[in-house]
Amino acid sequence: MVNVPSDLKYAKSHEWVRVSGNVAVVGITDHAQHELTDVVFVELPEVGRQIKAGDACAVVESVKTASDIYSPVSGEITEANKAVVSNPALVNTEPYASGWFYKIKLSNPAELNAMLTPEQYQAQIAGA
Amino acid sequence: MKRTPLYAAHQRLGGKLIEFGGWEMPVQYTSITDEHLAVRKAAGLFDISHMGEVLISGAGTEAFLNQTLTNDIRKLAAGQGQYTLMCNERGGVIDDLYAYRLTDCEYLLIINASRIDTDVAWLERQLAAFPRGSEVKFQNTSDTTGAVAVQGPRVVEFIGSFCHGPSTGGTPVARVTDLKKNQAGRFSFAGQPIWISRTGYTGEDGFEIVAPGQHIEAIWNQLLAAGRPYGLKPAGLGARDTLRTEVCYPLYGHELDENTTPIEAGVGFFVTLDKGEFMGRAVMAEQKAKGTGKKLVAFKMTDRSAPPRPHYAIWSTGAGAAKIGEVVSGTQSPSLGIGIGMGYVPPQFAKVNTPIEIEIRGKRAPAVLVPKPIYRKPD
Repeated sequence: MVNVPSDLKYAKSHEWVRVSGNVAVVGITDHAQHELTDVVFVELPEVGRQIKAGDACAVVESVKTASDIYSPVSGEITEANKAVVSNPALVNTEPYASGWFYKIKLSNPAELNAMLTPEQYQAQIAGA
Repeated sequence: MKRTPLYAAHQRLGGKLIEFGGWEMPVQYTSITDEHLAVRKAAGLFDISHMGEVLISGAGTEAFLNQTLTNDIRKLAAGQGQYTLMCNERGGVIDDLYAYRLTDCEYLLIINASRIDTDVAWLERQLAAFPRGSEVKFQNTSDTTGAVAVQGPRVVEFIGSFCHGPSTGGTPVARVTDLKKNQAGRFSFAGQPIWISRTGYTGEDGFEIVAPGQHIEAIWNQLLAAGRPYGLKPAGLGARDTLRTEVCYPLYGHELDENTTPIEAGVGFFVTLDKGEFMGRAVMAEQKAKGTGKKLVAFKMTDRSAPPRPHYAIWSTGAGAAKIGEVVSGTQSPSLGIGIGMGYVPPQFAKVNTPIEIEIRGKRAPAVLVPKPIYRKPD
């Protein structure tokens, strides 16, 4: 059973967003980590970097493949998760908790409306 | 895509199926890292039925194989196998394989899945030109033969309950576990003859079992049942690759190809120059005497980095740093927790402890040349 928490927003490219005021936390979904399998390396954007929605801003590497992560939202990176850099396996074990990637101060919160609801994302991966 | 007799078993076990050399094979069941570590610590079970099996027999076979393969086949007793290579006129590797002498005049060659058609065509052509060809019978039994590999330090604890022995052919032993490395025996399984050899591709102790395709599923299920209490896990091609990379075993298409000789690949130990004439001998003799233009090296990343992968550039360091070669195999080592790999560089750069850099997605990351094997079992 793939986990799709109901309090998050989702991107077609398998990123999730948790919004708290003006700041969003971004990570990749349970479905994505399951497809990647053993994550061995995560490269995150530097704090302070300005990101536009759709920018490739992080990389996740598994034993077999490297995958780009596309920011679902625009803004300024306020924090990068050091824990996931030193322990990439957290992406597999806790994709929605300690396996988060970065926090971003939203410059255009309206972009959230273009993201998928949990039901829409669930439908997308069920059809995959 | 072709499927082995274990396709249904792979699905039942949740195998993630991918295309490999024209076959639909499991890359993993749970995780590559888990399966890799299971082999190093307990045991893993691999479907290798996609590989090819060629039976060659008759009075002229020893002479034919000795002029077609690089290792000295005369060394083999009945029930013994050897790693060897098949080369073209330029010394380029057509395939690397295992050759077993089953009985006095019967041989079994285990060849790479991706090279079956090429190998068979080459062998048939060589046989047609062989003066004693009428004394040699050639049979490609790949389509009706399957195989599994069971590898790991705990295999000896349960393989006896899978197959009791004694052997009925090959090396005479009372029990399967009496087989020494590279020895093979014929054993009885469900009233049928199967061959078991003490060989493997992981750097661990283990056995490979070759049997008619219709018995492979029963063999797989019985081994799994016998081994589960000892930590046996099914393991896929992903773990097979990380295991062999850690111990620097070559994989055809990576370390070996038709434009690379066994000398360049560092497996000259399996080339017997003084056994008489064989295909590619002149080139290999010259290389052994005068050196080669490229050499296979093993390296370890010296800092946390993304994994090195095939085709990534290898750079020299310091003043005048330049691209000197390419990675042919690379991965994150599950046993060592760091990136490792092998690649080709000009011989002047091939000394152990030489610092290098691997270009990973546009950035150069530090690494160092290390002796082979990269992973050694703790004593």
